[in-house]
Amino acid sequence: MVVFPGTNCEHDVVSAIRGLGGEAELVWHRETNLDDFDGIILPGGFAHGDALRTGAIARFSPVMRVVVERADAGTPVLGICNGFQVLCEAGLLPGALIANRDLSFICKYVEVEVTDTSTVLTSAAERGQRLRIPLNSYEGNWVSPDGSGRVVATYVDDPNGSSRQAAAVANETGNVVGIMPHPERATDALLGSNDGEVLLQSFINALVPA
Amino acid sequence: MTTTQPVHRQLGMTDEEYQSVVDILDREPRPAELAMYSVMWSEHCSYKSSRKHLGRFPTEAPWVVVGPGENAGVVDLGDGWLAAIRIESHNHPSFVEPYQGAATGVGGILRDVFTMGARPIALWDQIRFGPLENPKNRYLLNGVVAGIAGYGNAVGVPTVGGEVEFDPGYDGNPLVNVMCLGILRREQLVLGTAGEPGSVAVLLGKATGRDGIGGASVLASASFDDESGAKRPSVQVGDPFEEKKLIEACLELYEKGLVVGVQDLGAAGLSCATSEPAGRAGVGMEVDLDHVHTREPNMTAPELLMSESQERMMAFVAPHNVDEVLSVAEKWEIDSAVVGEVRSGGTLRITHEGNLVAEVPAATLADNAPLYDRPAERPAWLDEVQARTGPDISRHDPADLLRQLLDDPGIASAAWIYEQYDHMLFLNTVVGPGSDGSLLRIKGTDKALAVSTDGNGVLCYLDPRVGGARLVYEAALNVAVNGARPLALVDNLNFGNPEKPEVMWQFKESVEGISEACEQLGIPVVGGNVSFYNETDGVDINPTPVVGLLGLADPMPSPPPRLSGARPGMDLWLIGPPATGNLAGSATQRLLDGRPGGIPTPPDAAIALAVTDIAVDLAQHAAALHDLSDGGLAVAVAEMAMASECGVVVEVAPDELFCEDGHRFLAAAHPGSIDTSSDMARKIGRFEGKDIVLNGSALSLSEASKLYHQALPRRMAQAT
Repeated sequence: MVVFPGTNCEHDVVSAIRGLGGEAELVWHRETNLDDFDGIILPGGFAHGDALRTGAIARFSPVMRVVVERADAGTPVLGICNGFQVLCEAGLLPGALIANRDLSFICKYVEVEVTDTSTVLTSAAERGQRLRIPLNSYEGNWVSPDGSGRVVATYVDDPNGSSRQAAAVANETGNVVGIMPHPERATDALLGSNDGEVLLQSFINALVPA
Repeated sequence: MTTTQPVHRQLGMTDEEYQSVVDILDREPRPAELAMYSVMWSEHCSYKSSRKHLGRFPTEAPWVVVGPGENAGVVDLGDGWLAAIRIESHNHPSFVEPYQGAATGVGGILRDVFTMGARPIALWDQIRFGPLENPKNRYLLNGVVAGIAGYGNAVGVPTVGGEVEFDPGYDGNPLVNVMCLGILRREQLVLGTAGEPGSVAVLLGKATGRDGIGGASVLASASFDDESGAKRPSVQVGDPFEEKKLIEACLELYEKGLVVGVQDLGAAGLSCATSEPAGRAGVGMEVDLDHVHTREPNMTAPELLMSESQERMMAFVAPHNVDEVLSVAEKWEIDSAVVGEVRSGGTLRITHEGNLVAEVPAATLADNAPLYDRPAERPAWLDEVQARTGPDISRHDPADLLRQLLDDPGIASAAWIYEQYDHMLFLNTVVGPGSDGSLLRIKGTDKALAVSTDGNGVLCYLDPRVGGARLVYEAALNVAVNGARPLALVDNLNFGNPEKPEVMWQFKESVEGISEACEQLGIPVVGGNVSFYNETDGVDINPTPVVGLLGLADPMPSPPPRLSGARPGMDLWLIGPPATGNLAGSATQRLLDGRPGGIPTPPDAAIALAVTDIAVDLAQHAAALHDLSDGGLAVAVAEMAMASECGVVVEVAPDELFCEDGHRFLAAAHPGSIDTSSDMARKIGRFEGKDIVLNGSALSLSEASKLYHQALPRRMAQAT
């Protein structure tokens, strides 16, 4: 779990992963050795204060060299919200995330539909499965001017103007996925939904000891 | 401000106050000394007009760990857990510059809480504006909400609730209050003390600049006029990213036990962060301003001492821990500087560029501030206002009145506001915005914290004592419907110009009302804030005390009742005494008469205690509970029906429908599941169909929802 200065969802994702039986640890952004880890998550927040634009500085953090290497080698990599933005800036995912269509921050539950189940985030879900998960972003509008990118989940009601209503996007090999809504916020029915569990469970299932 | 005035008056000091400084020092003050006294003795920092009355609040209870006077109040939650809570206003800066004013309000309140050793877990905002028909008010609401969102979301602390009110009384002077709650383990509690002689003062965080100079004195402690825009340079500029790093760095310092005391730099900046901790510890300090890391060159000593640059903390550290403190700061990528050392004797000595610029008894900055017993007098106009009779609602169709109330932006859904705030971070928000208060679980325990914030300027305008008391009772009921007992209260007292006897009377009466209610309910007041001079062009705001009540649910009802919990076939119950039909100060009266009038119904402590007991009990098994508030029973029924997406048929005495008398709430439950032996409980309806039917008058759910959800966005879509 990579922590940049300004990351703020790291504790929530750690507790969600542990709640599902996985093991997770926080790694500071200056770390350059991730040999002990079988998968990498970039949690949400405001890495480096979103200076210049979201993810623009984070991609130069020392840890990102290793993240790119591992992603290229097939290690499961998940970016949530700001982590998704960082993965796009780092070139691990196509497209970019720009300001929401209505130019305001959106924090609310949205419904997403899984459209592709052959990725590390969606393998345990069913195609067409609808999930209620909180969205929490200002730059959540994914654009892909050249039409590239595998969309693995779509918004049922487009909240932010994303191309192809994309809520989650994967690379060609399906081991790197970015998702804008927060699956870790939907892991307890007491708080409103546990629909995010199937996604995080998929990610845990995809981990193969390094 | 003109340049022909003597310097002390330009700094907001009276001639008498200046003379007191001369008497303390036994000489004319140096420029830096005068700067320090001017900010520390400002109304904002010294509470010089209010202090005499604040002693009225009950402040003691066995579970109070830290009462008023520190950076935040702290209470014991049991099992080694403590909660820290604090409320503040940023009214004046938000009027001058809404985005930064509101944003830095959030930053300041967070520092007050993590200064105590607590991790801030939630924020609430209480915001009040003039009517949205005025484009200026739309501009202010937009800016304030964006500022709260911009800072709160980025700093990574969820904004889980609050209040919004619109009234012509705030047309020239919006109110922006913010409350923060933190939790901590008992062993992590830190106080704002400088510690023993020999302790080293380490300034952490952002570099000091020229922003916010005189914020406390020139801006926060003066009234507004046409020239107020010129005060924009007195508003600070916030940087949530720096604050986020500062929070994490400080929490690591506490966890490692590396500090003896901490003081945040808020109002009055370095003047406060040196003199207050030294005064509390009964020590002195040696400070070298040359070591303060600055953002711009050539800052003078008075500027350095008065600057309110944000995201700064002063840590007091034992000498052998200094290196480790500096390395924690380095890890979190925040700047740090050793700026001084604690000395015995009580003298605060400050040097700059090799020259002695201040040498004052540290405690006199905080403790010798002037204390005013300002004259108070009941306003002459109040008789006429209280003599007004209420509207005759028998001439109105209930559904038609409800339609108009649901379209009132002060009653309608606030989703347009709270969906701009991250209200879910940390995975604690069991009951979030849009409900009666908030319910936050404490992970790893069965406990939850219920919080409600309440203010009502109109009630307090009609009767500040009754209004003040009713706020406390309403907050207690909001906490109870989430299954919690009240633990502690904080208050933010927003008033006009205290130099007017009528305003001072409103202030005293409100304090009395809040105090009486707290005594009746056994609630200690653990902190507060006073914001005077909410006056523009000679017009004062409605007296607007805002209370924030912290309650503990142990165990937390799981699942708790929810506004959306009603289902077809359930009964609707009204719990509480019969309504009097008094509409004084109600939303319905303002709607029909265009102005408030009359005498609000006073609270009844015995009934309040009985009703809150029933609420706490019902919270363990009822499907939905909802406190009656603005718009009375009619609006509360509609809100429950809309949230549950289920129609409801209600039959009650006509007096019950729109009256806002206190101590009443709704419950939805399966038939037979509520004890009917209590004379406080009356079955008044049943959930069925697709309409809200009030005494035979129907409004469709779909029309109600459209009005309720569009009232705010529809108005905000107009150009500013």
